[in-house]
Amino acid sequence: MGWTIMNIKNYVRFEFSSIAENVGLARSCVAAFASQLDCTLDEIEEIKLVVSEAVSNCIIHAYDNRANQKVEIMVSIQDDRTLDLIIKDYGKGIVDIEKALEPAYSTDGSRMGMGFTFMKSFMDEMEVISKPGEGTSVQMRRSFLVRDQEAYA
Amino acid sequence: MNLDYKLVRNTLVVKVKGELDMVIAERVRDEIDNRITENQIKNLILNLEKVTFIDSSGLGLIIGRYKKINSLNGKMYIVGARPTVEKILFFSGINKLVPIYRTEQDIINI
Repeated sequence: MGWTIMNIKNYVRFEFSSIAENVGLARSCVAAFASQLDCTLDEIEEIKLVVSEAVSNCIIHAYDNRANQKVEIMVSIQDDRTLDLIIKDYGKGIVDIEKALEPAYSTDGSRMGMGFTFMKSFMDEMEVISKPGEGTSVQMRRSFLVRDQEAYA
Repeated sequence: MNLDYKLVRNTLVVKVKGELDMVIAERVRDEIDNRITENQIKNLILNLEKVTFIDSSGLGLIIGRYKKINSLNGKMYIVGARPTVEKILFFSGINKLVPIYRTEQDIINI
């Protein structure tokens, strides 16, 4: 990751097969891990959404709904307040990343084309690294305020 | 199945339960579409009271059903969404297409 690696307090790394039933498992695992941070239930819900979008992308787009392909998640807590999340697949990759990041752009009519918009909106930083034929890695970071310093509404 | 149905004249009321992600969205889509065809449904009320989570797949389900109902000249409504779900519905702008109400009774009263 191109970002500064701070003081890693804890991390979890896991991989699973590219089937739809694992999307819920992935978001619950990350949510459980993220709950170590001093964040609100609303923030946990946002993290769950982000994971759900990224993992659904791996299954639907990277692997064209093929099962038994590998999805990897690495999640870490840095300096007690920052969550780093990497979601990686070895699928077909994204040819035009800029276009994929446009709101409401989708190659699949049954979803809404908002996956990356949610990821960008609910995380502080997001970077997509992709190589056609090799796979995609989505790296995201979000810092949470220490609760008693929270000054905004 | 994570679904309850109720038929009120030509309006189908569907209550979805659980986390509305790609697993549930696909099942719900097929079930609703079959019922719309079989029962000559015109209007659709989607009750999200028991939905604890929604993502793009769930939003896609709503947009798809909206297009279908719209093509039948019917109306579609969402009721009962809890705050975390409602936030995503508003964020996506879906509320501009499909009106959101607190309860089923609120729709009858309009």
